[in-house]
Amino acid sequence: MKRLIALTAMSLALAFGGAAVAQDRKTDAPPAATAATAPAAAATPAAAAAPTPNKGDVAWMLVSTALVLMMSVPALALFYGGMVRSKNMLSMLMQVFVVFSLVTVLWCVYGYSLAFTEGNAFFGGFDRVFLKGTFDATRDQPFSMAATFSKGTPLYELAYVAFQATFAAITCALILGAFAERAKFSAVLLFIVIWFTFSYIPIAHMVWFWQGPDAYTSAKVVDEMNSKAGLLWQWGALDFAGGTVVHINAGVAGLVGAYVMGKRIGYGREPLKPHNLPMTMIGASLLWTGWFGFNAGSALEANGSAALAFMNTYLATACAVLGWMFIEWLSKGKPSMLGAASGAVAGLVAITPAAGNVGIPGAFVIGFAAGVVCFWGVTGLKRMLKVDDTLDVFGVHALGGILGALLTGIFNAPQLGGPSFAVDQFTGKLVSAADYSIAGQLLTQAKAVGLTVLWTAVVAFIAYKIVDVVIGLRVPEEDERIGLDITSHEESAYNA
Amino acid sequence: MKLVTAVIKPFKLDEVREALSAIGVQGITVTEVKGFGRQKGHTELYRGAEYVVDFLPKVKVEAAIRDEMLEQVIEAVEKSASTGKIGDGKIFVFDLEQVVRIRTGETGADAL
Repeated sequence: MKRLIALTAMSLALAFGGAAVAQDRKTDAPPAATAATAPAAAATPAAAAAPTPNKGDVAWMLVSTALVLMMSVPALALFYGGMVRSKNMLSMLMQVFVVFSLVTVLWCVYGYSLAFTEGNAFFGGFDRVFLKGTFDATRDQPFSMAATFSKGTPLYELAYVAFQATFAAITCALILGAFAERAKFSAVLLFIVIWFTFSYIPIAHMVWFWQGPDAYTSAKVVDEMNSKAGLLWQWGALDFAGGTVVHINAGVAGLVGAYVMGKRIGYGREPLKPHNLPMTMIGASLLWTGWFGFNAGSALEANGSAALAFMNTYLATACAVLGWMFIEWLSKGKPSMLGAASGAVAGLVAITPAAGNVGIPGAFVIGFAAGVVCFWGVTGLKRMLKVDDTLDVFGVHALGGILGALLTGIFNAPQLGGPSFAVDQFTGKLVSAADYSIAGQLLTQAKAVGLTVLWTAVVAFIAYKIVDVVIGLRVPEEDERIGLDITSHEESAYNA
Repeated sequence: MKLVTAVIKPFKLDEVREALSAIGVQGITVTEVKGFGRQKGHTELYRGAEYVVDFLPKVKVEAAIRDEMLEQVIEAVEKSASTGKIGDGKIFVFDLEQVVRIRTGETGADAL
């Protein structure tokens, strides 16, 4: 029976892909990446060759992609795994491992196409289903190109697909911590398929899809090209590496899951202690390392913006470790290892939307603020919410993401040491300190946060309810007491 | 014959073993145990979730001895296991009916 359900989940995933192929034939709009380079080519003399990717950029993006993969497996799996009880260790590792793989497959089937090709302001199109057209040896140019943030600097689209695949996959894996130790494995898979399709994809499209710098060939086309971008991009929301797309998106979905699924047996009455904090520390450390790929890689080029994002990621995380540690030391009496590790993750989350969008002063403030605010998120706020968010996905990821997204709107300003943003994508001229409205950008960021919270909460709620009816969300009470390693996977983590 | 059972602090085990060897006790059995007494437990905090740990780890030492050694054994354990702080443990004494050495079949005091 259980196997049947899992198979149903898988075939559902494939059915999505099938439907995507069917619809694909009806559309004829070229994907943005191709469109982006076409006008540029037309504007230059026929003799001039199309720009080729910079080898340094390509190397950096491939390494970054591998680093982000490491953030999920093993880093996130160990970070989470160490915090559950030993009887649920394999269940946690298995969920992260399989969800990461599942989303990677879905990404290549239809996810990338729906997120990063031209469509409407919410969803892309079907031109890249099964990654069609990204590589074709029969063409003069076998590899298609994706845009970066600089004119005449393309990137192999396959490198961009892979990089973004790891983002989609880790975002889905982040949610798992919120309902750890009680969710049915097949239910988790089905939920992820639905949520990935209707929340991750549209939000990624809304925030990150645009025509690329080469599409802005004259001042006249600026408005037209802008109108083809995702909704939040059009609003002018800044999200360097995924504060909204990744962390708020996943964090809120996790919170809704924790509510819908209910508390673990014994929550608040028996000790539900982490079984191996050294693993959590190793996981947090690997996350920190991998996050350089995540944030600095989001510059899409090996350039100054990547270096700024790298330093900010490094510094804000260290600030957050100290911030969390001191506030815990002051309010609870002792600084804890779990606190320091949690602080690191909080800092990484908060600096994510800001990474290449703020200067060094921003990194200091965002880092310390993340440590303090997220500490409150897992203590005071958690008590107020009366929810069993097992591994504090909301308190760390959603709250850290919201904080980072809002502070990005403040510290992006050149008067506060930020790099500012372009007035328009044709000239690339930056908004000056005199013209920069911090309140205006903060409002834009707040609107983006609000829409993301609302969108993911609604999609997640409906997805959980569907899964509850089709499969049932929770394991039986007896299975929960015995532990999910034995009851869901028929193996145990520690046999010494 | 008597069976002396002492519950002591784990890090005092070596001193207790040495003290008992020194006065001629032939063998002891050691078990890692948990329990509570007058010494309070401690609290553990994980991201704000506070858990009270009531049971503390201790070591239980058991020695079977001749009646005439009892005073000496009690004194040896008392001295070697003591730190003067709360949680040093307790000594329990029982009458021992029979002892058999399995290899030779010897019984009673000869088997000690």
